[in-house]
Amino acid sequence: MNAPAPSDLRIITSRFDTDDGHTLAGYERTGGYGGLRRALAMAPADVHGEVRAASLLGRGGAGFPAGVKWGFCPPEVWPRYLVVNGDESEPGTYKDRLLMERDPHQLLEGCLIACYALGLSQCFLYVRGEMAHAQERLAAALNEAYDAGYVGANVLGAEDFSVDITLHWGAGAYIVGEETALIESLEGNRGMPRLKPPYFPASIGLYGKPTIVNNVETLSNLPWIVANGGAAFAAMGAESSTGTRVFAVSGHVAAPGVFEVPFGTTTFRDIIFDPRYAGGMRPGRTLKTFIPGGASAPWFFEEQLDLPLEKAAVDKAGSMLGSGAIVVMDDTTDVVEACHNVVRFFARESCGKCTPCREGTSWLEKILSRILAGQGRPQDLDLLMDVCDNISPGVSWPPRQTTICPLGPSAVSPIASALERFRADFEAYLPATAVSVTTASGAAP
Amino acid sequence: MSEPETVVNITVNGRPVQAAPGEWVIAAAERAGVYIPHFCYHPRMKSVGMCRMCIVDIDTGRGPALQPSCMVAVSEGMVVDTASEQTRKAQDGVLEFLLLNHPLDCPVCDKGGECPLQDQTMAYGPGESRFVEEKRHYEKPIPVNSLVYLDRERCILCDRCTRFADEVAGDPLITFQDRGDQTQVNTFPDLPFSSYFSGNTVQICPVGALTAVPYRFKARPWDLAEVESTYPNPMGDRVVVQASRDQVLRYQGVDSDAVNWGWLTDKDRFAFEAAASDLRLAAPLVRGTPLGQPDHSGRELVEATWGQALGRAADAIQSAVADKGPQSVAVLGGARLTNEDQYAWARLAKGVIGTDHVDAQLDDGLPADAVLGLPRATVNRACSPGGTVILLAPDPKEEQGTLYLRLRHAVANDGVQLIELTPRATGLSRLASFRLHHRPGEAAAVAAALVGGDTEAAADGDIGGVPAAAVAAAAAAIADRADQPVTVVLGRPSLAESADFTVAAADELARFANLLSAGGRPGIAFLPVLHRGNVMGALDMGLAPGLLPGRISLADGGPVLAEAWGSVPTASGAGARGILQAAAEGRVEVLILLGADPLGDFPDQKLAAEALDGAGTIVASDLFLNPSALRAHVVFPAAGFAERQGTHTNLEGRITSQRQVVTPPGTARADWAIAAGLAGRLGADFGFGAAEDVWDEISRVAPSHRGLVLEAIDAADDGVVATDSSISFAPPRPATPVPPVDAYSLRLVAARRMYDRGTLVQHAPSLAGLASPAVLALNPYDFDRVGVEPGADVRVISSAGEMDTPVVADPGVPRGTAAFGYNHPDRDARDLVDPEAVVTDLRVQTR
Amino acid sequence: MARLNPGSLAIAQEIISRYPVARSALIPLLHLAQEQDGHVTEEAMAHIAELVGVTPAEVMGTCSFYEMLKREPVGEYMVNICNGISCHLLGSSELIHHAEATLGVRPGGTTDDGKITLEAVECIAACTEAPCLQVNYRYRNRVSTADFDQLVDDLRAGTAGVAPHGKLAKVRQHIGDERRAGVAVPDGQAQPAWLARNPTDAESGS
Repeated sequence: MNAPAPSDLRIITSRFDTDDGHTLAGYERTGGYGGLRRALAMAPADVHGEVRAASLLGRGGAGFPAGVKWGFCPPEVWPRYLVVNGDESEPGTYKDRLLMERDPHQLLEGCLIACYALGLSQCFLYVRGEMAHAQERLAAALNEAYDAGYVGANVLGAEDFSVDITLHWGAGAYIVGEETALIESLEGNRGMPRLKPPYFPASIGLYGKPTIVNNVETLSNLPWIVANGGAAFAAMGAESSTGTRVFAVSGHVAAPGVFEVPFGTTTFRDIIFDPRYAGGMRPGRTLKTFIPGGASAPWFFEEQLDLPLEKAAVDKAGSMLGSGAIVVMDDTTDVVEACHNVVRFFARESCGKCTPCREGTSWLEKILSRILAGQGRPQDLDLLMDVCDNISPGVSWPPRQTTICPLGPSAVSPIASALERFRADFEAYLPATAVSVTTASGAAP
Repeated sequence: MSEPETVVNITVNGRPVQAAPGEWVIAAAERAGVYIPHFCYHPRMKSVGMCRMCIVDIDTGRGPALQPSCMVAVSEGMVVDTASEQTRKAQDGVLEFLLLNHPLDCPVCDKGGECPLQDQTMAYGPGESRFVEEKRHYEKPIPVNSLVYLDRERCILCDRCTRFADEVAGDPLITFQDRGDQTQVNTFPDLPFSSYFSGNTVQICPVGALTAVPYRFKARPWDLAEVESTYPNPMGDRVVVQASRDQVLRYQGVDSDAVNWGWLTDKDRFAFEAAASDLRLAAPLVRGTPLGQPDHSGRELVEATWGQALGRAADAIQSAVADKGPQSVAVLGGARLTNEDQYAWARLAKGVIGTDHVDAQLDDGLPADAVLGLPRATVNRACSPGGTVILLAPDPKEEQGTLYLRLRHAVANDGVQLIELTPRATGLSRLASFRLHHRPGEAAAVAAALVGGDTEAAADGDIGGVPAAAVAAAAAAIADRADQPVTVVLGRPSLAESADFTVAAADELARFANLLSAGGRPGIAFLPVLHRGNVMGALDMGLAPGLLPGRISLADGGPVLAEAWGSVPTASGAGARGILQAAAEGRVEVLILLGADPLGDFPDQKLAAEALDGAGTIVASDLFLNPSALRAHVVFPAAGFAERQGTHTNLEGRITSQRQVVTPPGTARADWAIAAGLAGRLGADFGFGAAEDVWDEISRVAPSHRGLVLEAIDAADDGVVATDSSISFAPPRPATPVPPVDAYSLRLVAARRMYDRGTLVQHAPSLAGLASPAVLALNPYDFDRVGVEPGADVRVISSAGEMDTPVVADPGVPRGTAAFGYNHPDRDARDLVDPEAVVTDLRVQTR
Repeated sequence: MARLNPGSLAIAQEIISRYPVARSALIPLLHLAQEQDGHVTEEAMAHIAELVGVTPAEVMGTCSFYEMLKREPVGEYMVNICNGISCHLLGSSELIHHAEATLGVRPGGTTDDGKITLEAVECIAACTEAPCLQVNYRYRNRVSTADFDQLVDDLRAGTAGVAPHGKLAKVRQHIGDERRAGVAVPDGQAQPAWLARNPTDAESGS
């Protein structure tokens, strides 16, 4: 096992063990707002340069380089906005909430650095509605930071730098984690994703203006990057996946937990089996499958355990690191139920805007429910795959889509993964008379 | 649309296609004859890419990929394949998804037979359903308002109706509710989709989810005979008229680029009910025994033959002319007739009888020279991107629904800046750049400051009740955009003030012509909005005092028309008010009413009543036995819209055709035939055998219409705009002074609303209930001053009368002004407006 | 139980003032209405429509999209058992069945005493603490059936230390006027001043 000790190189979870890390006093005592002070001593473009040099990948799910995304703002269009995506809701994902609850000032400092670097005139901090504790921790941190002169008019006394951070709550809708849906929601609308192009809100976003939408974890890295330099950040982790990343390992492991590890060098085997992390399977159990990057990701198996937690490697292997959510299932798992659980999630969370997702995901869920209820028909397994194909033509990875956003194709992942690997588990649910019949009928492509 | 400056070359299904820059793939393909199936896409609304039916393979150099063709703009070299295996599979998949929860009740669905979903399913759909689960269930049709039902089980959530409500009509009162596969369209509880335009949602619904109450279960599409025509409203909305068993059952809007873009108001869409009313006149009527003498004793109107009725009318005219001269005959109305009808009546009145006492307007419009003597705009000019519109008119939302939709689109989407020069807020106020809400009667002062830029002079920083700074800012904004067209929408903003004030304001704005037209700039033009469907045709055809057909004065056109007609009146006649005054004084022997109801429709009710009492013989040609026709001695049943051929002239001067689809009730005839028949009795043979013959004569003798042959009008997509005019704008100078308002009074603004006690509304059962008594509206800050409470019942007193009414707060009414509805049932502004005064002031008291 | 009361209205006005476009305040105001009445009443929606300048139907469109906003009365405590994949793997279904039996209601139902509404919800981001639940959006981690029974007892006894449904964060953001940078309205903004900074100036100033 080559994984570094959990205490090594912690960047953004370094205050998780500090009781008062969420207070301004605790934050300042542990070096807080040093990054901001350093940033304000630099030209804004140079701050952007440090972030670019850090090769910081977005931590929300898509893994797009933050410094590049920042560069998509069209010149001379003002104002520009910053929207913080704190709507963490991908099943299995649990890290942004901790960052907001335990180190809110770190996030605020990251926001201020981004606003300074890019000339963003106002910041909206969109926190998932169900996270009452995170909301109050951030509200308290904001009130302290305003009073102390870190946020608001004349940040740290600067005559030319003023920016408000407005705390905003959601109200329960997974799809709002999609950045254009987040903007719709922030505008007071139904959280339905916008059509692409434009592909990035950086060109046309909130109120039609250039808008940077960054994930909580992404922004929480900025104070360290600016304080220590982008090069120092890039020196950690793998070449194309730099710094550290926070992973939540849940499910059938001995010690579920949230771990900050060097990005790109740690392997799935390390983080699942190393006793310093999740500690392996529960006693007497063996690995059946695991989801490497949140419910949307195709499932991995034993043979992928030695892949590094590195974006390109995981992409190449046919899945994604997504939101840093590793869900482990052991040999006791009923994969049909697990598959249904994930598909039900997407069916319930479909916004309803486009036909294939609205109708397709709920149809998939209904078929799976029927199979679980012992009412399956022989043709249902092929039907499942064909419905998947009509949502995501080719059922390949990365997914193509007939939908507006990736939510619909996300429901395809668990079905394609589970049916391919565990078809017999599904067939076992079909009534005995059904299994003996060939599956040729009815499922014309 | 103007020709694209450049062309984008794309390939659609292997064929080269030239597209316009920025054009959606779906539109470019359709122009090239390749239909891409779709449900949510609508060319007059923003694309949303929701239904996904139009996804096709589009290759922009990186290989073919499925993309929604309603959201992808053409680009040079793009290759589109609408028939690839991948496309077909994806579209079949979407269709199957849409059908999962769609009920199979096509046999009882109004949309059956004209349903895009049904069509697609027949063409491409799966033979049998793979969906064995329970479909979604909702309560079957629920009313979203009194005219439109919504069946949510049939709805495919394409967002057309909700987008229309929000984007086009500006009435977002139906929205998506709930989420995912539970998403539904609905209103807020107990808050109906109260929009003047709701029927459009029925027309654009791609399934049978929205149905129109007046049409429900009336017919199947394949039983409908249909023809394209022009709805007789001032916009001249293009429509398809659909009929079955000789009865009109539906109007559908036609997407005319120049005019209505496919939209209709509910008032017009559902007015077809009135045409089928049992109360329609179906036979001529005469008072007393048909063979006897005119009977003033109040005996009943009884049915007569056409010969008897025409004879009675001709006799009356002949004796009037013989005894008192041609000027003892007067003609009122005609603004709702076709151009041909109007011409025939004009020729009868002016060329045969010899009277110029002819007026199609009922003292509620503008002088003909303000319409025909100012540079005329088109709707497209007013709406051209980046231009300026000055609204010196009544609220277009209330009075000119489809013009409102066009203007709204232009202001909301095309960067047109709107400057309201109105006495109160309008339906467009929320979008207006400048709201110059002046004191009633004082538009001219504001206009003068706008043009002259002299806003400093105002001592108290106030011009006509508008802050001088706002006027100055608006003037600067006009100047900033002087390279783009400036268009004045011109009409009577209030019927409680003299038309002189509007004319004076137009006179001031006309001075812009010099300032704005320099250096080849487009300058200023006027788009007149007046009441009654073909009022513009009436002016063009000479149904106004001092005018002859072809936009020419009696003086200038006399020799021209005399050649064709034999003679023309020797002296200018009186307008509507003068005619009624003469009648009241016993100087009108024969009063001819052409679809006119002075008792119901003339602003001065007292005068109208006295006039009908004092007139000799009253001859009415009408669809209904309205209160004035009830007083007539001879009543001709006239053919209405869709019952006769003809042409129509809209507010731009655009001439388009109307078509006959059904036969008129009973023996009703087109007005041109009635006029010609009467002329025959008076010894003049017009030689008209059909409406086309009348137009043929118009195109030969009316100077502005010379050479405008019917074939050319019908061949053009949007008809032909007649542009010539030899009328000069001659405003009265000096302008009429505005009397000061005393500190205890409020100055009245009286304007029409969409639904009123007009004949068509009241005879259409679905619409009649939408008209309501007027209520007094004051600025919220005026209540304390006046000493009443919002919502209270108050007594209102003017120099003309008094009445009791509820009073409501309306921030759209400026301080010091009171607004009250005109032509409403039961409580109506006409009982307060002082016809003798140029403005009307009110006092409000608690009861 | 109706429109926003004066206290809520004052908070609503402050919330609205933080946004360049009033409509953005819609969801926070709906939460405020829910905090006031325990659910979002139609009267409150109509009031909010007035406050942000939209129609009540538009407010309904937004409100009905989001699961937390309840348009019908619910219990004093919403007990939301997570049924996400991680919790599912560690027994959430059994916990839900237990809760149904204990409370005598199906998910979505409210106990007869009006105290508790049970819901089975999607992932609430406590995946390593499965199975978990929230009471009025306050977490309970690694919940056993015994823990659940204790929780129900505490809720019924009023000793659970959880505010009634509708109340979310116990701390509100407040920006004093003197500290306010000001909203960035979408139109008419120039490039922010600080972007013109160069390092030398900045260093000399720090």
